Amino acid sequence: MADKPKVAFYWCASCGGCEEAVVDLEENILKVVDAVDIILWPCAMDFKKQDIEAMDDGSIAVAFINGAVRMSEQEEWVHLLRRKSQMVVAFGACAHLGGIPGLANLNTKQEVFDTCYHDVPSMDNKGATVPGMESTVDGHSLHLPRFWDTVKSLDQVTDVDYYLPGCAPPADLIWSAINAILTGQLPPKGAVLSPNKACCDDCPRKDSKPDKLEITEIKRPATHLADPELCFMAQGFICMGPATRGGCGNRCIEGYMPCRGCFGPMDDVFDQGAKFLSAFASILTPRDEAAIDALLDQIPDPTGTFYRFSLPTSLLRRGKMGTPV
Amino acid sequence: MATAAFEPRIVAFFCNWCTYTASDLAGTARLAYEPNAPVVRVMCSGRVDPQFVLKALQEGADGVLVGGCHPGDCHYQEGNYKALRRFRLLKRVLTQFGVEDERVRLEWISASEGDRVQHVINEMTGQLRKLGPFHQARS
Repeated sequence: MADKPKVAFYWCASCGGCEEAVVDLEENILKVVDAVDIILWPCAMDFKKQDIEAMDDGSIAVAFINGAVRMSEQEEWVHLLRRKSQMVVAFGACAHLGGIPGLANLNTKQEVFDTCYHDVPSMDNKGATVPGMESTVDGHSLHLPRFWDTVKSLDQVTDVDYYLPGCAPPADLIWSAINAILTGQLPPKGAVLSPNKACCDDCPRKDSKPDKLEITEIKRPATHLADPELCFMAQGFICMGPATRGGCGNRCIEGYMPCRGCFGPMDDVFDQGAKFLSAFASILTPRDEAAIDALLDQIPDPTGTFYRFSLPTSLLRRGKMGTPV
Repeated sequence: MATAAFEPRIVAFFCNWCTYTASDLAGTARLAYEPNAPVVRVMCSGRVDPQFVLKALQEGADGVLVGGCHPGDCHYQEGNYKALRRFRLLKRVLTQFGVEDERVRLEWISASEGDRVQHVINEMTGQLRKLGPFHQARS
């Protein structure tokens, strides 16, 4: 038992889908448990922070951390796990790119709080209570973590060795990553553990893509029924496939949904949203400003669409604040 | 120490066939204009990847100016239309990010319009001087 490599799973700002993805290993998870000693997994088992603090530095073989970092407590945990681990893997789109929680970077903490604790129609908060860092209840002082204005990806907070992309990472990629770690057959540090080719490359609808794509009308799954066989882009749906790394198994396409971009950009792309924007705008047909604008009006939220998973790792990182970020 | 007055830095991407030639003409005609916009010559405004615009802003530019041929005049027939579509879409994204309208600008300037280069660079420099530095992406 003592000889088995120690593995930690931790979650930051995430939905729990990445934990689910580990369980999706099905019977393979038993092989993982045979090969390693899971010393931390807050979602599934009971562990305490002091247990980790008591460990020797570098005594954990690998820490899989999912979720974006948006609170001080998450940053503390990330630094602690980095210190105790030989290898840190950013697990899933939020740790890799900032993910869905990263869309909050278009707003400030104040705006997030105003919406969540005041403006939403379901909110009944007569005392206008909002979480504060310290409060006193029955003479006891309570501390809450600090909530930041800006959501960060894991590598904006600490040194990351590898990235397992996806929302959530598919079981086969997790399994091959774990195997690669156990056998020491890893690519150079900093690699994204999925092939460096576009999602379109192994799309089942690839053959239906015309040589020249031309878009005259922009459609959305919410408003139009898509043909189940044809290339989504050829139909006028925004499909992030051309600007997104492959290896996902085309789960969305198989589920009749266009690619949403969760695997992030390929190597050498700085900004997934801008890259997609560039490709997409070039295949629209209008040539004059008024017709272009009329067509673009059919995209209700371009930033949220093109940067759905990657806003904190985009070149601009966040929306404008009153003061420099 | 007194702080020097703010001088905006503009990165100008000019297409080889029209706007770059126009800036050359402005030079030969000895038209004086603000020195705030060093020019990067690209073969076509359609070569300007939106990533270039964002990268310039992230690395210290306060504004980005893209210059290309008038509609119908593109040396490669389609390039400036692509540039226009990318620009219109990029502007929508930049608005959501809170980037002010004056910071990113697209202009059609033909090879004979040296005075237009002078006017656009002077005007943009003046606007950005008022607007102040861009520090959104710096961390």
